[in-house]
Order: sequence, then structure tokens, then C-alpha cells
Amino acid sequence: MSEFETVIGLEVHVQLKTRSKLFCDCPVDWGGEPNSRVCPVCLGLPGTLPVLNRKSVELGVRAALALNCRIAPFSQFHRKNYFYPDMAKNYQVSQYDLPLSADGFVEIPREEGSLRVGLARAHLEEDTGKLVHFAAEGFSGVDFNRSGVPLLEIVTRPDLRSPEDAYDYLKVLRNLLRTVEVSDCDMEKGSFRCDANVSLRLSGSEKLGVKTEVKNMNSFRAVERALSYEVSRQAELIRSGGAVVQETRLYDAASQKTFPMRSKEEAHDYRYFPDPDLVPTELDRVWIEEISAALPELPSAKAGRFQRDYELGFYDAGVLTSDPALAEYFETAARACANFKTLSNWITVELMARLKESDTPIESSPVPPEHVSELVGLIDRGVISGKIAKSVFALMCDERKPPSEIVRERGLVQISDESELEKVVEKVIGEHPGPAEDFASGKEKALGFLVGRVMKETRGQANPRLVNEIIRRRLSG
Amino acid sequence: MPAFQALNRLSAHELAARIAAGRATATAAVRDCLERIEKTDRRLNAFVRVDREEALEEAGRIDRELAAGRNPGPLAGVPVALKDLFCVKGREVTCCSRILEGFISPYDATVARKLKDAGAVILGSTNMDEFAMGSSTENSARGPARNPWDLERVPGGSSGGSAAALAADQTVAAFGTDTGGSVRQPAAFCGVAGLKPTYGRVSRYGLVAYASSLDQAGPFGKDVEDLALLLEVIAGHDPRDATSAPEPVPRYRDFLQADPASLTLGLPSRDTLKGMDREVAAAFRAAVDTYAALGAKFVEVELSSLEYAVACYYIVSTAEASSNLARFDGIRYGRRAPGVADLLELFEKSRAEGFGEEVKRRVLLGTYVLSAGYYEAYYGRALRIRRLIKNDFDSALAGCDCVILPTAPIPAFRLGEKIDDPLQMYLTDLFTISINLAGVPAVSINCGFTGGGLPVGLQLVAAPFREDNLIRAAALFEGATAHHLKKPALDDR
Ligand SMILES: [Zn+2]
Repeated sequence: MSEFETVIGLEVHVQLKTRSKLFCDCPVDWGGEPNSRVCPVCLGLPGTLPVLNRKSVELGVRAALALNCRIAPFSQFHRKNYFYPDMAKNYQVSQYDLPLSADGFVEIPREEGSLRVGLARAHLEEDTGKLVHFAAEGFSGVDFNRSGVPLLEIVTRPDLRSPEDAYDYLKVLRNLLRTVEVSDCDMEKGSFRCDANVSLRLSGSEKLGVKTEVKNMNSFRAVERALSYEVSRQAELIRSGGAVVQETRLYDAASQKTFPMRSKEEAHDYRYFPDPDLVPTELDRVWIEEISAALPELPSAKAGRFQRDYELGFYDAGVLTSDPALAEYFETAARACANFKTLSNWITVELMARLKESDTPIESSPVPPEHVSELVGLIDRGVISGKIAKSVFALMCDERKPPSEIVRERGLVQISDESELEKVVEKVIGEHPGPAEDFASGKEKALGFLVGRVMKETRGQANPRLVNEIIRRRLSG
Repeated sequence: MPAFQALNRLSAHELAARIAAGRATATAAVRDCLERIEKTDRRLNAFVRVDREEALEEAGRIDRELAAGRNPGPLAGVPVALKDLFCVKGREVTCCSRILEGFISPYDATVARKLKDAGAVILGSTNMDEFAMGSSTENSARGPARNPWDLERVPGGSSGGSAAALAADQTVAAFGTDTGGSVRQPAAFCGVAGLKPTYGRVSRYGLVAYASSLDQAGPFGKDVEDLALLLEVIAGHDPRDATSAPEPVPRYRDFLQADPASLTLGLPSRDTLKGMDREVAAAFRAAVDTYAALGAKFVEVELSSLEYAVACYYIVSTAEASSNLARFDGIRYGRRAPGVADLLELFEKSRAEGFGEEVKRRVLLGTYVLSAGYYEAYYGRALRIRRLIKNDFDSALAGCDCVILPTAPIPAFRLGEKIDDPLQMYLTDLFTISINLAGVPAVSINCGFTGGGLPVGLQLVAAPFREDNLIRAAALFEGATAHHLKKPALDDR
């Protein structure tokens, strides 16, 4: 047991999948010309007023329900006041002491029993604009396309005990939010952002240590690496008699280290107060129940069902339900397949490796689910061998054709004709009398060599089970 | 042109009727107003911007509409003046602050759009205390406006330019905003009628905000019928303002005829009304007597929380203002301080150079009352007092149609008299401020003059969305008196 216990809390901002911004009619989208999706309201022009978009509340409620949060019947927006040029009004409209929802949890499935991560709150707020620096010209500009885009901020309790926990939590969270279709959760496009609070305490101690806040992490792996770095940095600091300073640190992906942010931007008194331009949000219980009833099957329930209905192991079921699109892919394939275990292997091992190589999401897989089912069927019926199947699969990816067509075109059908195989076996024994004698005198290892030669002679098309049988029969007579 | 024919001297309903009947044109009305502005505004400084060409063009368009037999709306051809905080598309809006110099609004305030849709012609923008912070129109980056009844005196504030312009017949109707009395007090000082609607009755969209939970736009009129007509045009729910009310808008002109016997007025105790100027008190008593003689009934009402209103108001309004005015930083629009080295200096210098003294005072005060550690002691407590004030008005108005009060405890004061004593200045809003805190509607009408010829205002307060009661009670008084017909003797030379 290590001398320190790591304590991590995460703050995640996800962009809600609404058509329009939180307080105006401007479309929510990604990319495009700077300041092409703005209006007087999200530019904070004098005299403009915010009007709450009901769809963001609905998505917020949907997410909160999936996160097991208590939905507040009465919530309110506050103004968070500070001066920064990416903010149109020099205050951000956010929720403070009356958030949309609070007191939830997320379960990270573990074979030995799931890890429960407490959530302090999940609340709505508006996004800010974005600074664009023109170093050569010596000035900065502001792009307000993002200004006013609805965000849900999800804050955990300090329940995570390692960078790996943090990584797993993020994966589970993203899966949940994608499943209930509230956000794309795309870190590259900024629709999923994560800041971390991390501190150490002596193992066995109840008192929290001094924490640092780590920002600027652009992938789940970056979060894990930044936290690992920060944990060892703090541990070394304490061991050498130093003290951790409460501060905000930025992660630098190139050096995989964290560096303190300029401290000038730290000491803020945000002077929160209820936004007088917005009326409190009162939610109807019946409406919440309707949203709850319309929620799709959540990942944990789905994983349980996969274990039950498809007789998959904990691990396979977990992988297949780690992403709603992947689960759907599997279920589509499973409808035309009887061997779920093999199907699961082909999807989680071969297909996913292939997709990862080309950084392709499952939704754009070059192989439709029906083709994987067909491939598993061909193997099960002995039409092709498992070995041939791997080459067939590679061709399926490249040529985007069904496996039966590839097998037919290239004559890859497995040889299961005994008389034909017997001829090849005779030939191999004739050419390799040594190994044949070895096997006949009881050296089992020699069998593998002989089967391998037969497979080579038939360019892998021989049915290996049948070859085995024929050799045994021939040499143990 | 002989004065009796000048269209700018008419009330809005008279002018609208004449134009609709083809007995006058919008163009002639606008020309008369422009001529009057030309002749008098060097002395009054009521306008900070006159959109001569746009106004004449719009008047011409309306005349052509009328000639073609179309009806451009209930205010067809009526010239109006807007306080310099109503956003009008394509026009500069400065709130009489240096910091907004050069800001051209790309959109119309809902009130401005409704006025345009009703056929009104916008003459230009009127002078005001910077960002509506003040009671005298002396806190204006464009210099003070003056009272047409006595050029050495203030027109009141913050909508002083609108009130002065209307009293001087530079326009036929005018609009202001009222956060703590900014329509009613200048109306009283200038001898015109002014109405502050129920909070939420009129959209705030496009009105540069001072204190969002208190601000309401309201009309100035030459008589009560004008107030009814103008309110009908601007009131109503606006999907762009979450705080605007869904209540339907009645035809307020239907309440101009009232039976005095059906009217019950709430009279605050003598204690509530202490600290009034002697002549104001006399005019107020005379007004009460007039109502009594007409047959109105009286009940005594208790408004004991009123004494906390000024303190409560200066916490709530400045807190909101400190946040509302944060967006003026010299980055996106308005005036940017030249020669700055970095971002922080850009913020600091732009705001230091752009805002006037009173605005800075209130932003600092508001920042302080919202600060960590002080929030509960100031802002939190002010919100609780605000609730008490609202309860006071609710119970007072449960037993009467209107509460009757003076509008201001004193008549128009001299320029410079109170500018160095903010507390004295704040007390001039003693009787108006609590009404904004309670969110109820109120009207100010002329109820007489001091010995020195200065108008005195009478204030009527009604329950939320009972502007009909204000119209009834005010019309009754106006029908029995002639104070509102008197015009200031501004010579035209
Ligand atoms: Zn917008």
C-alpha cells in the first residue's frame, strides 16, 4: 500500500445537442466563419435580453436522470461576474445555489463490484466566446459563435482514487450521455471538456490535502497522463518536505507535464446574484416523469442484458456496451447470427482494431454488421477456416463486399473432401518420413508440423480438423 | 404660422384624429416639431439627437399611405421623442454616456418597433442622466437639460429630456424609462402626465438596462387620454423578454369616463408624508379636496416600510447596475480609451474615461454590496425589505382602487443645487422609488403650481395590471381641473 491516497474530482462541461443557443435563436454548430452565428443577444449588445431555450432544459433533465441526479422543481440562473474579453457581457449566466439537478452518481462497472462515483451537481450554463490570437499582426480577436451555446456542467464529488479511475469515469460518463442523446461528447470539437481537482493525503487520513486544479487536457488519455504527472509531482513535493500550493495548472501535452497558470487570474470574487432578466425555472413533475419514461436503456442495464441474452462474459458485454453505436452494431449483427461469442470476438477484436487504426467511428465502419454475421456463419458451417476468415475479413474491409462473395470469387472454400485431403496427407508423409515416424512413435508434437505442411500445400484451405483426423488414422494404425 | 394652428401643440390623440381625418399631415406635424426644436432647444437641451431627415422621410411615407387609403396605425403621423436608451435600428444610442459614443444599434427595441408599427414618427433621442442614474438630467455627458417653466431649474430625471421636450411642445408624445421615478418625477417637474406601468407590462427588450428588476418604459403625455393611447400601443407580452407579462392589454381609453362615487382612494397617514415642501403639501391637500368634492371615497392606508425604500433601492439597483454595465469595456463597441498597453489597462481606462461620476459611484456601490462576505448583509437583506414593501402595497391596494401620493416631495430645484450632495438628490425620489420596488403601476399628473409658477405632481398608484384604475382616477381629476392645459411661457425668440 502506498503512503499517499490520491483524491480526484472532475468537472466536465458537455455541450448540449440543441438546435439553437441557450438564450437566443442562433444555431449551434461547429466550425464555419468566425462570428457567423451571432445575434444582438449572444453578442451581449446593450438592451438585449436572454430567453431560456426549453430544449436545453429538457436535455439537461434527460442527462440528470441518466446520472441519477435529483431534479430540482425550482432552479435559477445566476450571473457570474468577471471581466474577460471572450465574454460578451462580462458576466456568464450559470446556475449557482439553485442548480437544475444535484446529488447523483455514476457507476463504473468492475468485475469485482462496480465503483460508485458521487456527483455533486449537474447544472446549465452558457458557453463563452473564443479568443483568436493573431501573433504576427499583434492583436487578438473574439469569435462569438460559441457564445451562448448551452452547456451542462457535471461535477463529481472527490470520489476518484486514481488517474485510471478518472479515465474510466470519463468513458462511462460519455457513454451515458451519448446513450441518452444529449451530447456528441466530442473532445476534439470541444463538446466535452474536463478539468480536474487533485490532491494527496496520507493513507488512512480523512482530511483532504491541498488540491491543484488541472486544465487544458484534450483527450481522456491526456486527463489520465496529466493526473499521473500531477500525482507524482505532489508526492515528490510532500516527500521532500515541501507543500502543495493551491493553484490552477495547465497541462502541456508535448512534455506531458503540468505548469502553473499565471496567478493573476486566480483571485476572483464572482459576485454571483440571481439574473434579474430570467425568471426561475419551475419544472412540472409530470413532464419530468414523461422524460424519464422516454429514456432509452442505459449502458449498465444493457451490459447485464448482453451477459444474459447473448451469454457473453463481463468483459465482452462491457466493451460492446461502452458505446451506444457499438452496442447497436452488435445487436444488428446478432439478429442474423447464432454464435454470439464468436461474433463478439470478431467485433471487439478484429473490427475494433481495424477501426482504431484508421480512426474511424463505428457508425462509419466499412463493414456492415450483417457481413460480420455472415462471416461467423461461414466459419461455423465449415465453409472457411478461421485462418482464411482473417484474410477474408481484411478483404471485406478493403473491398466492402460480403464475405460469401469474396470466398466465391477467390475460391477460398475450405477443402473438406476426405479423399482429396488423403492424397495430400500421403504426399506430405512421403516427403517428411522423419516427423511421420516421430508421431507414430508417440511424439504428439510432430502432428502440428504435419498438419502445417498440409495446410501449406492447400494454401490454407484444408479443413484443419479433418486433416488432424486423417493423419491420426493413417499413422496410428 | 400662428401658434394656435401649430400641430406640435396638440395632444397625440387630437393630432392622430386630425391626420386620420385628412385635416393635417404627418409631414406638417413633423415640420412644426422640428421648427419648435430649432427655436427652443439651444436653451432647453432636451434633445441630444434630432433625426430630421429620417423623420421627414417617415412622415412622407405615412402621408402617402394615408393618401392611398391605408391605415398606418393608431399613432399615424404622431411625432414622438425617445429617451436616449431606446435602441432604434441604424441610430446612435448613447445613454448620454461617453462610453457608448458611436454605438449604432443594429436592431429595434420592442417599444420602438411597436411605435413604428403604430405609425409614430421618431423625431430623435432625448437627454437623460447617464445610464438613467440621476434625478435631474444633470449627469449627462451632453450637458444638463433645463426645465421649460424656469430655465435655471432642472427638468427632473432621469428622463428629463423627454419631459422637457413634451412640456415645451417640441414633440407631441415622448417616452422614458422609470427605475425609481425617472418618468413620474420629471413629469411632475415639467407639468406633464407620465405613467410607469406594472413591471412586465411593457417589454424591456432594446432598452439599455440600468436595474433590470425595476426598469419599465413609460409614456409622457399632454393629457391622460394620451397616456391611455400610448400605453395601449407599447404594452403587451414580448417573447424576447422573459420578464414580460402574458396578461392581455385592455383598451385603456375605455376607462376615461369614470363615476367618481365608484372610486376609493387610499390616503397614507400624515406620518408617511412628512418632509414635504410646504407648497407641494398644499397642492397635494387641494388635490385630495378636489377628489372629495367629486364624491370619491377615502380610506387611510399604512405604508410604514416606505422609510426603508431609498436604502433598499440603492442596494438593489446598484447591484444590478454594476453587472449590467460590465459589458461597457471598450472592446466590442462604443468608446475605447486610446494609447493603452494591455488588456487590463484597456478595461480600466475605457471605463474610467467613459463613465461619469454618478455612474462610477453606483457601480462601485453595487460591486461592494454583492461582494463575498457582504452579500447577505446588504443584497440579501434588501431583497427581504423589498418583499415587505411589496406586501405593504398589496395590503394597501386591497382596500382601494388607487393610493394617492405626491410624486416628489419638492418642486423642480435649481441646477447645481443638489449635484454635490447625492443623498439629498436621492431623497427627491422618496415617493416614487417604493413603487418600482413593489412592481406596481403609477401615474403622475399635474395638480397645480407653486407661487413661483412651478408645476406640482400628483401620484396615483394601483395594483399590478390595474392601469385601468390609474386612467380612471387620473381622468377624473383632469376633467375637473385645468392645470394640465397651462403651457410654460417659453418665448420663441
Ligand atoms: Zn444569438
